[in-house]
Amino acid sequence: MTSAARPSIRFRGHSLIALVVVPEEPVPDWLAHLDALAQRSPGFFASRPVILDMSHLPHDKDSLRALVGDLFARGIRVMGLEGTEEAILGPDLPPVLSGGNPTGQLDIPTDRIKGQANGNGTRRPASLLVDKPVRSGQSICFPDGDVTIVGSVSSGAEVIAGGSIHVYGTLRGRAVAGSGGDPKARIYCRKLEAELLMIDGSFRTDDEVQPDLRGRPVQAWLDNGAIAIASLD
Amino acid sequence: MAKVLVVTSGKGGVGKTTTTAALGAALAQGGQSVVVIDFDVGLRNLDLVLGAERRVVYDLINVVQGEAKLSQALIRDKRVETLSLLAASQTRDKDALSEEGVGRIIAELREKFDWVICDSPAGIERGSALAMRFADVAVVVTNPEVSSVRDSDRIIGLLDSKTERAEKGERMEKHLLITRFDPAREMRGEMLKTEDVLEILSIPLLGIIPESEEVLRASNVGSPVTLNAPLSAPARAYLDAAKRLRGEVVAMTVPTERRAGLLSKLFRRAA
Ligand SMILES: Nc1ncnc2c1ncn2[C@@H]1O[C@H](COP(=O)(O)OP(=O)(O)OP(=O)(O)O)[C@@H](O)[C@H]1O
Ligand SMILES: [Mg+2]
Repeated sequence: MTSAARPSIRFRGHSLIALVVVPEEPVPDWLAHLDALAQRSPGFFASRPVILDMSHLPHDKDSLRALVGDLFARGIRVMGLEGTEEAILGPDLPPVLSGGNPTGQLDIPTDRIKGQANGNGTRRPASLLVDKPVRSGQSICFPDGDVTIVGSVSSGAEVIAGGSIHVYGTLRGRAVAGSGGDPKARIYCRKLEAELLMIDGSFRTDDEVQPDLRGRPVQAWLDNGAIAIASLD
Repeated sequence: MAKVLVVTSGKGGVGKTTTTAALGAALAQGGQSVVVIDFDVGLRNLDLVLGAERRVVYDLINVVQGEAKLSQALIRDKRVETLSLLAASQTRDKDALSEEGVGRIIAELREKFDWVICDSPAGIERGSALAMRFADVAVVVTNPEVSSVRDSDRIIGLLDSKTERAEKGERMEKHLLITRFDPAREMRGEMLKTEDVLEILSIPLLGIIPESEEVLRASNVGSPVTLNAPLSAPARAYLDAAKRLRGEVVAMTVPTERRAGLLSKLFRRAA
């Protein structure tokens, strides 16, 4: 009789783009590299969900906890872990994620959420065209495919693409290609002055770019896990 | 058709208020009816630059809140009668400005004037957002240095997304005004080159205002530089910029104080 009074518990699907951080040995060097990046690109990690991928770093519970603490001290809050054993985690560490979904069995009904996501059955375009400059403070984020910018990308602006990035103008800001884990993604621009180039998690900052490539039309791709840059003319 | 123009920059102290006063006066000197509005609530100084600080009775917030009629708050300039000022409040909180109220006042001013010029405060917060909100045209004031250019770039992005015009999908007219330009420092590489500033911001150039003591002198006596020293280099640059705003084609030069000196230098080099 009184059961109608209790409100039902509500769930909602939520997807977002997280930055996957992949620490490597030796950890102190890796942290120093991270500090250098954060210094050159202040705010890079600010208010961004971060996932820590431990698959390249042998670890136990204590070293993992220390690393999460080291990142926290740098203003980086780890939202979830990948590449580690559920068994070694305690309630004080973030949960293990895989492929963006929790690995554990979920018992909330997910059918409705799925149904909504591709409800009208239309295919999403695999590329996004932006035909004006991307200004400082703006962020273009297109996880589904390539991004083409007809215009320049300003210092302090960023373009994040699941696929490749094409800039028909000067690239001064940050370009993050292959954000969903695509090592084949590339970055092309008519004039390279970028603050940061990132492909599938590997990055190069401005002062790691050969001086003779600056100001040139270039392409950047991933060669054995490292970013290679070559002039296009 | 009245035009609502916002003078904005992002970065503080680059010359917005100086520009509002000088362009407003220049347009009024050319026969247009002009009102300049100070949106810098709490840090008002457009009234000082116009020498009207002792004539402010009611201000923008009084009108927004319905405590005074627009006609009571408008202060007519004593030198150019087609120039009016709507002052900011020095004592009130800027939260007293509502978007709806500002929109209503701007609509009312459109009926009365050819130009409604809004002097934006620095920053990208509420005050500057409201100053640009109802504009048709923007003058983006930039000094030739990296931080000013970056802030202007940010502001241009906001002009293209957060104004009423942009939200309706209409074009927002934007002009770049480079101020405090010092040719000697540019030559020594201490300031960004004009062509680089233009390349980065990629909006059309309205004018280049040289760094000059005349600007300080004019604001100290409470008079726009175009009225106080109309033949000075910054005044000529502002007068030309005002003509360009009205659609006239005026060759782009950077007026200098020591014209003969510069010319003879050029000749000597050519000889
Ligand atoms: N062309 C110029 N030559 C020399 N001084 C100038 C010039 N333009 C502006 N100034 C001086 O720079 C200072 C700041 O100018 P102004 O108040 O117009 O800037 P603003 O952008 O309105 O500042 P705020 O962001 O604080 O509102 C003033 O002292 C002004 O006299
Ligand atoms: Mg000012």
